[in-house]
Amino acid sequence: MNLNLKLRREIPLHIMILPALVLIIIFNYGPMVGIIIAFEKYIPTKGFFGSKWVGLDNFRYILSMPDIQQILKNTIVIAMTKIVVGLFIPVIVALSLNELGSDRTKRAIQTSIYLPHFLSWVILGGILVDILSPSSGFVNKILGSLGVEPIFFLGDNDWFQFTVIITNTWKEFGYATIIYLAAITSVDPNLYEAAIVDGANRWRQTWHITLPGMKTIIILMTVLSLGAVLNAGFDQLFNLYNPIVYETGDIIDTFVYRLGLIDAQFGPATAVGLFKSLVSLVFISVSYFLADKLAGYSIF
Amino acid sequence: MKKSKGRIFFEIYNYSILVSMAALCLFPMIHVLAVSFSSGSAAAAGWVSLWPVDFTLSSYTFVLEKADFISSLMVSFQRLFWGLIASLTITIITAYPLSKGKRDLRIRGIYIWVFIFTMLFNGGLIPTYMIIKETGLLDSIGALVIPCAVNVYFIILLMNFFKNIPKSLEEAAFIDGAGHWTTLFKIYLPLSLPALATITLFISVFHWNSWFDGLIYMNRPENYPLSSFLQTVVIQRDLTFITDTREIEMLSKVDGKTVKSAQIFLGALPILAVYPFLQRYFVKGITLGSVKG
Repeated sequence: MNLNLKLRREIPLHIMILPALVLIIIFNYGPMVGIIIAFEKYIPTKGFFGSKWVGLDNFRYILSMPDIQQILKNTIVIAMTKIVVGLFIPVIVALSLNELGSDRTKRAIQTSIYLPHFLSWVILGGILVDILSPSSGFVNKILGSLGVEPIFFLGDNDWFQFTVIITNTWKEFGYATIIYLAAITSVDPNLYEAAIVDGANRWRQTWHITLPGMKTIIILMTVLSLGAVLNAGFDQLFNLYNPIVYETGDIIDTFVYRLGLIDAQFGPATAVGLFKSLVSLVFISVSYFLADKLAGYSIF
Repeated sequence: MKKSKGRIFFEIYNYSILVSMAALCLFPMIHVLAVSFSSGSAAAAGWVSLWPVDFTLSSYTFVLEKADFISSLMVSFQRLFWGLIASLTITIITAYPLSKGKRDLRIRGIYIWVFIFTMLFNGGLIPTYMIIKETGLLDSIGALVIPCAVNVYFIILLMNFFKNIPKSLEEAAFIDGAGHWTTLFKIYLPLSLPALATITLFISVFHWNSWFDGLIYMNRPENYPLSSFLQTVVIQRDLTFITDTREIEMLSKVDGKTVKSAQIFLGALPILAVYPFLQRYFVKGITLGSVKG
């Protein structure tokens, strides 16, 4: 085919991409240009390029805020705990489910455990606020009948992070379990037969066949979760926290929201957001690189 | 084969743990349902566990007559409709060219990077808000549909599916004189129905559940989609939503808790309704997306 004809054949393909290209240039690359707000005393009516340039003032202002260290600490602690718990529990649940004899029970349990994944944090938040209430909540009623004093799970700084981790695990473990179960079912059944002939019991089969069979996907999930070191979960925190537990529950994202959209401190809020985006860029890039190197996974 | 004593013990233990886990995931939803059908006083006293006490439909009749609930439900349906059209169209016509090899689309690599980079880095909340404000989308359904029409995950998902469609079909079509558009609509789409069903479900759930964009891009509460409306009434407990005294009287009769539960349940109902289909497709979806391209 000559070059001219080839080029002409390509034209429809470019036309197809064009709408998406225009949209991401406006709504994804536009905001990246808008990051200059972080270095400005931004006034919306003057626009991105008309506002006064203040250099690093916004960053200095942020660093001088008394709560900023605590917020960073909360973010990392919540995010990291979620990552670690989120890796172990689903693997264990998947292995346990695999040990169930009856397929019907297995499917019924699977169906139940990933239901919360599809409900939003607004719905789940509403439910949790209700059942965790210290006065009339279901959980505290049960604890009360066991003689335990009411616990204010969502209003006590000693309990808040714990509650956040547990409820997040509750929402998400079923979803991750499915991924591991899929890996288990793809293990070659001949391997088990060979192992049984060699006299291996169920534990040894799990240890020597099932787990190695899941190795790649476990590595992959671990590595990909690295990208979330600063994602403590805005949707969850925003729907569960309140001013009483800012001390343990305020994270970068909720802070940016309040500072930027409630207090209208656009410059400083953008500066905090930029910090998060930059750190995440590094971690996500590293995680994709490792996923490619260790698990042979490339996203495109 | 005879099971050993240890094995039987393990199986009972394993079974009980897993069943309680499953129960733990279902109970909260059942509890909400039970509360929503109970009388206000029983719910407030905390007597309701998993079965309605003093069965009544009053909280549902109250909610379904609430003008703000109904209007936000309408906004949600509109959002779903336009969101599906926009997202599906964009996903399909973008995934097709990107599924081509370098031979057919020489700058594919550049395009891919332009899309992938948005997954690595973003401008953050405030600049994004400012852009949407500048484009004049605030307070319109467009703000909830247009900026999220390009979803790189869905595009990659469908792209990988398209890649597995045999090249020979396309070549045969080309020989018969078909162009790319015809090939896409006459060959690729009919062969991709399972993938399209998966993506349709994902997009629907995404739009139904999204609440934050509605909260910040809509200045007037009457423009809130249902999930944003629920966020304000169930979580924020904002009293400004109660507009007249008659409503306050009514509210004290049915009690906030049962009304809240009824709204929560109605908000989750569509998800529960499509759930059987969701779970069938989403395992497929996960494996679909992870096929190495």
